[in-house]
Amino acid sequence: MEQVRFLLTGDTSLSVEFGNEIKESINHDIRAYKIALEKAEIPGIVETVPTYRSLMVHYNPRIIRNGELKEKLEKLLSEMGDIEIPPSPVLEIPVLYGGEMGPDLPFVAENAGLSEEEVIRIHSGTEYLIYMLGFTPGFTYLGGMSDKIATPRLQQPRVKIPAGSVGIAGSQTGIYPIDSPGGWQLIGRTPLKMYDPNRETPILPEAGQYMKFYPIDQAEYDRILKEVEEGRYQLKTHERKEA
Amino acid sequence: MSIRVIQPGVQTTVQDLGRFGYQQYGVPVAGAMDPHSMKLANILLDNDPGEAVLEITIMGPQLLFEEANYVALTGGDLGATLDGQPMPRYQAVLIQPGQTLRFLGLRNGCRAYLAFAGGLDIPVVMGSRSTYLKAKMGGFQGRKLEAEDVLRFRAPNLELPFPERRRLGADFVPQKQYELRVILGPQDDYFTEAGLATFFKEVYTVSAEFDRMGCRLEGAVVEHKNGGDIISDGIAFGAIQVPSAGKPIIMAADRQTTGGYTKIATVISADFRYLGQLKGGDKVHFVPISVEQAENSLFLEQQYYQMIIDFFNRDRNMS
Repeated sequence: MEQVRFLLTGDTSLSVEFGNEIKESINHDIRAYKIALEKAEIPGIVETVPTYRSLMVHYNPRIIRNGELKEKLEKLLSEMGDIEIPPSPVLEIPVLYGGEMGPDLPFVAENAGLSEEEVIRIHSGTEYLIYMLGFTPGFTYLGGMSDKIATPRLQQPRVKIPAGSVGIAGSQTGIYPIDSPGGWQLIGRTPLKMYDPNRETPILPEAGQYMKFYPIDQAEYDRILKEVEEGRYQLKTHERKEA
Repeated sequence: MSIRVIQPGVQTTVQDLGRFGYQQYGVPVAGAMDPHSMKLANILLDNDPGEAVLEITIMGPQLLFEEANYVALTGGDLGATLDGQPMPRYQAVLIQPGQTLRFLGLRNGCRAYLAFAGGLDIPVVMGSRSTYLKAKMGGFQGRKLEAEDVLRFRAPNLELPFPERRRLGADFVPQKQYELRVILGPQDDYFTEAGLATFFKEVYTVSAEFDRMGCRLEGAVVEHKNGGDIISDGIAFGAIQVPSAGKPIIMAADRQTTGGYTKIATVISADFRYLGQLKGGDKVHFVPISVEQAENSLFLEQQYYQMIIDFFNRDRNMS
């Protein structure tokens, strides 16, 4: 972490920059630093925002000034070796692939020269790193999809894509957290609500965690959907085994 | 019933200081575009300075009051009248049931703030009453006001202490050219020396594209070293993005949490009072200052609020 830079982003936030590329190790550094910062409980910090390259730290300048905060953040960086960082959890996301829920699965399969079953097996066989959230509430930028199922976006974007839709755009995959227009190739849908403003945890995924999709059938989709709607569904997670 | 919306105006929304704590999940902060005017409106009414208010944009609504309460109107002058008479701005005004507040048209600025003693009865969503229009979140049913909407007061306060004392000079003064003080960064090193010189020398004009998300500027192109695209990072209120085309965009309350364009500088918090009042055709000029100077401006603003609060409440314990 020797090239960490502290960048000015106005008078109520600053950016701690760990790198300038999309890279798993940079994401791990940012996650570790965020956890260390939360443990340090520095007064005046309002919230932190991890991105591909940096951790943005929002603070209240009436409680802590930029210079003092920067000193504390630098000191924390030098102490990183002593802080224990728990392994990343993997969020298990059930997906009903194909059919009405994933109208573009046949196209994705044809484009890849694979069967639909093979596309599902590849898509659900990877633990995707959540690099960051942004764009809309709850939208995850995932890394690690196999190039074998990479597919160009739709030429004509859809006007409304239902929340929970799982799609592919180029070499990216992701979930639409809210109903929105979009041009991703839709291959399935999760019954989970990735975003629910009235839930205690409004948004489920966090940057630095991993996400794994697993295929379900219509009956299981309906059962999970009912549990989600009744507020009974518990998101399943497992600990990531270090590669 | 408290207030009936007869005409909604162009864009009237409920806003407070914004939704903090969820930016890491991609949830924009939203909140008042001109938080200074919003706080003054609340302070005039003995409210918490961050209480939710109506943010009224350019063409204001027509509101019929069905219950008495003190209100205060601040920010840009949108030509407000109360039952046909000029509505006093920057002071506590007691409104009686049956009175109508109208806005005849923009005189200066862009946004007015209407606060209500005791606040509005609006549910708190993820820690805030602010409306985020794009995700239909918060505020009044996640949207701008429409005709026939009914807003309710939360705790109307007819016993406002020293109401006659609660007035200020018109705080917002329109200017021929707005000087916005900025702190360089976070990506100032992505621009050439000539580009930086242009940015601080030229006068920019606010284009027709200005909204709660951002304010696009027209004017001299700011030169990059290697284009304006970066791998995404976070965006602060007031961040000035310069995409590869070289035309600056000032990011505002409804900005996305992250973005992939270079940001040359950030408008200081104490100057959001001007940023939030910019509209198409306005001229702006950027002036670089240090983060310490910006902090001092913020502390002066804080002292000013405290001075007014103390003045409004002087002798309060003796009455």
